[in-house]
Amino acid sequence: MSAPAAARLPRLLAGVEGGPLDLEAHLAIHGPVPVQPKPRRGRAGELIDTVEEAGLRGRGGAGFPTALKLHAVAGARARGRTVVVNAAEGEPASGKDQALVSIAPHLVLDGAALAAQAISASEVILCVSEDSPQSLRAATAAISERRSLNGEPAISLAAAPSGYVAGQESALVSFLNGNAAKPVFTPPMTFERGVRGRPTLLSNAETFAHLALIARHGAAWYRALGTAEHPGSTLVTLSGPVDHPGVYEIEHGATVRSLIDAAGGEREGIRAILVGGYAGTWIDGAELEAMTLDDGWLVPRQASTGAGVVILLGESACGVAEMVRVARWLAEESAGQCGPCVHGLAAVSERLEDLAWRGDADSEREVSRLAAVIRGRGACRHPDGTLRLISSALGVFAEEWADHARHGPCDACAAPPALPLPDVVRGMALEEAS
Amino acid sequence: MTSRHVRVNPIACEAHGMCAELLPEMIELDEWGYPIVDGKALAPALAAHAERAAAACPTFALLVDRRQTPPPARERTDTGAQGVRRRVPRRPHEPRA
Ligand SMILES: Cc1cc2nc3c(=O)[nH]c(=O)nc-3n(C[C@H](O)[C@H](O)[C@H](O)COP(=O)(O)O)c2cc1C
Ligand code: SF4
Ligand code: SF4
Repeated sequence: MSAPAAARLPRLLAGVEGGPLDLEAHLAIHGPVPVQPKPRRGRAGELIDTVEEAGLRGRGGAGFPTALKLHAVAGARARGRTVVVNAAEGEPASGKDQALVSIAPHLVLDGAALAAQAISASEVILCVSEDSPQSLRAATAAISERRSLNGEPAISLAAAPSGYVAGQESALVSFLNGNAAKPVFTPPMTFERGVRGRPTLLSNAETFAHLALIARHGAAWYRALGTAEHPGSTLVTLSGPVDHPGVYEIEHGATVRSLIDAAGGEREGIRAILVGGYAGTWIDGAELEAMTLDDGWLVPRQASTGAGVVILLGESACGVAEMVRVARWLAEESAGQCGPCVHGLAAVSERLEDLAWRGDADSEREVSRLAAVIRGRGACRHPDGTLRLISSALGVFAEEWADHARHGPCDACAAPPALPLPDVVRGMALEEAS
Repeated sequence: MTSRHVRVNPIACEAHGMCAELLPEMIELDEWGYPIVDGKALAPALAAHAERAAAACPTFALLVDRRQTPPPARERTDTGAQGVRRRVPRRPHEPRA
């Protein structure tokens, strides 16, 4: 247990300055994979208790306590359990899972292997976005390197299809079962019937990486950073008008100011901050200096860190044009299965265009009405996430919407897109937090 | 206490609208013809009607569930995670001091 180094960053990104870490470099930095006592018959492994004490929450967006999931899979009666590592990263503004798999694949795989032991699973499937050849290569190399380790579960690699919704839990399981990468109606839940109909632990890639460090250093070490509610460090993908956009490791509860400073400072005034990605919430730029990446601050503003996406919108960009574009994209990303999502999001997106370009002031009321009709009626949370984003955009950019309704497009409307959508986001540099 | 609830599988539902005709007390259709159910517990007097509506749905998209307790308010978690919370088995050696 290395308590003294506890309160320091980086953790997940330790030692990555020199490039991707192979198995030897990884073990030199983090130490050997701790040997877990074999779980006693019918009992869950001790690691789950440690994860529970550490207060680890999932990094895939919902922030769900990881120990509860581990317990649920360990407690499911059927045999043949599977661990699925979700690095599908369908969110175009997020790059952290691809970065992690590319530069520290063994930390992710340590976590998956340890989780597999704790829940008596014999198999790990690492799902990496097919759009990231770099992470696929790193994952392939890492998996073959690990053949030298003792007691490893069977690890296989799957290229997850692109698409915003493909990374949703039941969509990924459906894909792994040989069907379309589209969400399915639940229950049954993944933990009771997932891959091949067997109990399955599916968590985000970063979640497993934290688990690997918790197994090595313990719960107290993990809690030495972050807040009581949301302990530890977390990866954040920062984009916008800063010198070094990219992936940073921060402490939960860090200020957005410190994140921006680590990225070289802003190049222009910040009009608004989008936290939580395209299922997230806009925060007015006026709040920037007070803003922390901590649910204590975010939740009262209907926001959360989600999967760690932070997008800065500069004052030279037009929030209205950006949101019209993103809303249309999100409507098109619907998996096309549920009526309220397919028809509803398309209608909302059209009403936003009416409001922005045709000065139709009734459209705003219409968007709110549609939102109330649609919310909670999809098989997955895609419609609800999209509506949350749109409703916060109507609030934060209220003046801009009103101005467009009255005077038509502004000068910034024709500018190239500032919010990352597929193709725009690729090739973001990886930056380590200082 | 168990209560019964009407639920729609939105993936299976094809907006045939039969359910709203057979159970107008609990189901209205949205502007695209898809049913809106309010998620409240089913009144015992309506149980038979609900069963009939479910049986009449051509795609088996209307479900009448039995639940232990009313579900917690939907929160900002994924559907998957929510189910986990309700179903976590208690382990014998929990909780620890
Ligand atoms: C529309 C949609 C898209 C999602 N995409 C991803 C994704 O790309 N990667 C991911 O890890 N989780 C994604 N999630 C969340 C997963 O369903 C799941 O909750 C998560 O992977 C669980 O991991 P965690 O407990 O470690 O957070 C998505 C959820 C929704 C509703
Ligand atoms: S809610 Fe939308 S994205 Fe989710 S499963 Fe239904 S159609 Fe697909
Ligand atoms: S009868 Fe079935 S398919 Fe038709 S609207 Fe009702 S639930 Fe949907």
